[in-house]
Amino acid sequence: MSESASHTLERQDFDELFGALARRGYTVVGPTVRDQAIVYEEIASSAELPIGWTDEQEAGHYRLRRREDAALFGYNVGPHSWKRYQLPPEVRLWRARRDADGGLTELEPEPRTAPRYAFLGARSCELHAMGILDRVLLGGAHTDPADRARREDVLVIAVQCAQAGNTCFCSSMGTGPTAESGFDIALTEVLEQDRHYFVLEVGSERGGELLGELRHAPAGQHERAAASAAHDRAAAQMGRELDVTDIRDLLYRNLENPRWEEVAERCLSCGNCTMVCPTCFCTSVEDVTDLAGEHVERHQRWDSCFTVDYSHIHGGSVRASTRSRYRQWMTHKLATWIDQFGSSGCVGCGRCIAWCPVGIDITEEARAIRDSEAVGDARP
Amino acid sequence: MGAAAELTRPRPGPMVPASFTVTGKRQETADTWTLELEPRDGARLEFAPGQFTMLSAFGAGEVPISISGDPGGGPLVHTVRAVGLATAAICAAKPGEALGVRGPFGRPWPLEELEGADVLVVAGGIGLAPLRPAILALLAGQERYGRLRLLYGGRAPDQLLYTAELEEWSARGMEVAVTVDSAGPEWLGHVGVVPRLVHRARFDPDSAGALLCGPEVMMRFTVSALAQAGLTSERVRASMERNMQCGTAHCGHCQLGPTLVCRDGPVYAWSELERWLAVREL
Amino acid sequence: MSADSNQTPAKQTSAKQTLAVWKFSSCDGCQLSLLDCEDELLALADRLRIAYFLEATSAVAEGPYDISIVEGSITTPHDAERIREVRRQSRTLITIGACATAGGIQALRNFGDVAEFTSIVYASPDFISTLSTSTPISAHVPVDFELNGCPINKVQLLEVIGAHLAGRRPRVRGHSVCVECKRRGTVCVMVAHGTPCLGPVTHAGCGAICPAYDRGCYGCFGPMESPNTAALSARMAELGSEEIDLVRVYRTFNAGSAAFREASEAHEHEPAGGAPA
Repeated sequence: MSESASHTLERQDFDELFGALARRGYTVVGPTVRDQAIVYEEIASSAELPIGWTDEQEAGHYRLRRREDAALFGYNVGPHSWKRYQLPPEVRLWRARRDADGGLTELEPEPRTAPRYAFLGARSCELHAMGILDRVLLGGAHTDPADRARREDVLVIAVQCAQAGNTCFCSSMGTGPTAESGFDIALTEVLEQDRHYFVLEVGSERGGELLGELRHAPAGQHERAAASAAHDRAAAQMGRELDVTDIRDLLYRNLENPRWEEVAERCLSCGNCTMVCPTCFCTSVEDVTDLAGEHVERHQRWDSCFTVDYSHIHGGSVRASTRSRYRQWMTHKLATWIDQFGSSGCVGCGRCIAWCPVGIDITEEARAIRDSEAVGDARP
Repeated sequence: MGAAAELTRPRPGPMVPASFTVTGKRQETADTWTLELEPRDGARLEFAPGQFTMLSAFGAGEVPISISGDPGGGPLVHTVRAVGLATAAICAAKPGEALGVRGPFGRPWPLEELEGADVLVVAGGIGLAPLRPAILALLAGQERYGRLRLLYGGRAPDQLLYTAELEEWSARGMEVAVTVDSAGPEWLGHVGVVPRLVHRARFDPDSAGALLCGPEVMMRFTVSALAQAGLTSERVRASMERNMQCGTAHCGHCQLGPTLVCRDGPVYAWSELERWLAVREL
Repeated sequence: MSADSNQTPAKQTSAKQTLAVWKFSSCDGCQLSLLDCEDELLALADRLRIAYFLEATSAVAEGPYDISIVEGSITTPHDAERIREVRRQSRTLITIGACATAGGIQALRNFGDVAEFTSIVYASPDFISTLSTSTPISAHVPVDFELNGCPINKVQLLEVIGAHLAGRRPRVRGHSVCVECKRRGTVCVMVAHGTPCLGPVTHAGCGAICPAYDRGCYGCFGPMESPNTAALSARMAELGSEEIDLVRVYRTFNAGSAAFREASEAHEHEPAGGAPA
C-alpha cells in the first residue's frame, strides 16, 4: 500500500460513510446481530453494526461474546457470505405463458429492481471468494447477463481483520488475512486508550471519490504502524492451518484412502458445509408450473453435492454413498477446482468447520490424508 | 430477504430457451423417437458433431440431448429415448407443437484431427445418436479420411436406430457391422457384444482413431479390445453422460473428476478419463 | 413390453382426471390442508374432478380414479383390506402425511403392548378390533408417491398435484431441512445456540419453520434420504442430551419410520434385571 493512499477516519465520523453511500443510491449490506450470530443484512447506520461483540468459533460451535471495547468490526466471519447476493439462494430464470401449440411465450421480465449494493465489512478471504465465484459464473464461454448484472454496480468496503478466529486458515490458502485488492476502500479499525479510528486504503477511483465525501485526514506514521500491527496480530492468531503443498496431486493419489470411510461415519450429508461456503456454487435448475398448466417458470436454487439427486443420471445416482459425496466435496474444493477454474475453491474462511453440526474439520481431514502417506512411506 | 426475492433478469442469456417447432417425427424403437425441429425465429442452430442441447417440453423439465442432425444443413435433429417424465413429454410432442432449445453446448468430436487416418465409429444402443452427425460429416468428407467403419450393437434387432440409414451409409462407402445381444431366427446378422466386432475390424492401429458412445461398461470393454488391437486410449474419443442441468458450466452437477462434462466433454479422449473412471462413485 | 408401447407416450395434460381422497387412521389434518387449497383447486375444475372426498362432499362418484390421495395409517384388519381395494381402484396412489408414510404418532403402539393399552383404556376391550402395529400404506400396497409431513405442506401438495397433471417430476426433494434453513438465511440453532435439532436427518419440505423461530427441528417430515442418526445422536449427547432424550426425540410423528425407529431403539436400554415378561 502506498503511503499516499492511507487516510484516517475517526469513529465519530463513521456514519458519514452511510450518508455518502445513501446519497449515491447504495443499499448498504453489512454485519449485524440477529439470532445470536453476526449475519449480513441491510443496515442504515453504524448503530446496527455488532458494536462491542465478538464471536467464539470452534468445530461445530459458534457463540457471540461481549468485548470489553466498542469495536465495530471485532469479530470474524459468520454464517452468511456475500454469495447470497452474487448467487441468490433462489432465482427465477424466466417465466412464460403456454401457447396453444405447447410453445412458450416468454413474459417480459419485470424492470430490474434489485438494489445497488455496497458491501460493508467484507474480509480478505471473502474478497477472494467473490473473485473465485466471478471466475466460475462470469469467466467461462457462457455467461448469464443476470449474474453479470448482480455484480456490476457492487461497491466493496473491506475490513481488514485485526484478529483471527479459531477456525480461520486464510494464511494457509494465501487469501488473507490482509486484503491487497478487490475493494474500493479497505478499513483497519484501531482502538487506542482514548481514540477510536479507522485507517483507510483506497482501492479504486470510486473509492477515492467516496473518501472525498468523508471527513478524513492523511494517516501519519503512528496510525499506519497501528494498522500494520493489527494486521500482524490477525496473522499471528490464525487458528488453523492447511498444508497445501502438492494438495491437488495428494488428493488425486488418495481417492481410495480409508479416511473417506471414516469421515462418512460422522458426516450427516446434510449439506451445511456447502451452503455456508462462500464459493460453493452448485445450483439445481427446475421447472415450476401452475396448477392450471398455463404458466411455467424455471428456477435456479442452491443445491448441494451432498444430496442424492445431485449426481442422478438414468439408472441411479453416481455418488450413492456419503463417503463418495464427502470425497467429491473436499476434492472439488481443494483439487479439481484448480483444474476446472484455475485456483483452489477454498479461501480458508473456516465456515464449513464452524457450521458443520458435527464439527467435521476440512483441515483435519486433509492432514489425516497427508499423514497417512507419511505412514505409508515409512513402511518397508 | 432482498436478495432471495430478486427474480428479475435482463434478457436473453444462455438460460432462456428458444422455441422450435416439431416439423418431423419418426419412431425408431419402442421407446425412442427422432424429432426434426425448426427454429421459430428462423435462425438455424449451428453446431459441431458431438455437441448437445438442453431440450424441454413445456413445464415438464429440461434434459441434455445430443444433436443427431447433419452439421452440413437441414433441421435440428434429436433422437430421444423416453426414460423419464421429461423425455416422455418431449417424445410426446406432435408435429406443429413446440419444444424449448438451449445451446449448443460442449466439446465436439475432433474430426479434423482424424484426417488421413482410418476412423472406427463404435456405438451401443442409443449411443449411435450422438455419433450420427460425425458419421454424416465423415461421409461428406470421406476423401480426407482413411477407411471408415461403423461397429454398432443393440440389445435386439428392434432396438437398433436409423436402420434404413445404415444401408445408405454402407452404400456410400462406410463399412457397417451390426451386432445384437440376442435375436430370433429371422436375424441373419451378428449376435454378441460390440467389443467382439473390434477384433474382426481391419484398421491401421498406428494411425486410426475411434469414436465411442454407449453404456459405460460397453465403452470400457471396447477400449480394452481396441488396446489389444494396438489402438491406444489417446486416440479413442468417447461421449460421456452425467447430470447436466445448465449446460453452461455453472450448476456443478456434471462433474467427472477434474472436468465438467458440459464444458470439457461430452467428448473426451479416453486417456483423459480412464484414471477417473477407474474410481467407483467418482 | 406392453402391447400399447408402440404408441406415442400419453400426455398427462390432455384429459380431465378424477381425484379421490381417502382417510385411514389419522387426525384429518392433512385432508384439511387439501381443503385449504380450495381456491387453487377451483381453478382446476376443468382439469380435475373430485370424485370422492367425504371430508368435502357427500357426493360420491364410482371408481376407478386417476389419482387417489390417501391420508392415515393402517391400524385395523378392516383398513388393511380397504387399502387394497383403494389401490385396485386407483391409477396413481399418493400418500400424504406422517400417518400414511410412516405410521404416524399412533405408531408409538409399535413399541408397546396394544392388548395392555386397550384393557386399560376401554371398559369393554373385547369390542376393540385393532392391529398391534400402525403401519404406513406402503407396507400394504405399492405407492406411487409419498408426501411427508405432519401435517403436510399445502404448497408441496399443490406441487405434487400440479406436477402429476403436467407430467413432470414433483419438485419435492429428500435432502435435509438444513438446506432450507440455509437458503432462507436462518442461523443454525444447533451450532450457534447449542439447541438439539433433528434438521440434519429430517426430510425437507416444511420450509424450515421451527429453527426460524429459535426451536430445534422436531422431525415432523420424517427421515431425509440418507439419515445419519447415529452421528447426530452422538453430537446431541455431547451437547447434553441424556439417553432418554435421544429415545424420545425420534419417537414422535415419524416414530414408525425405519430410520427413526432404529435411532430411538439404539438409545433404549432395558432396566436392570431385564425386560418385564
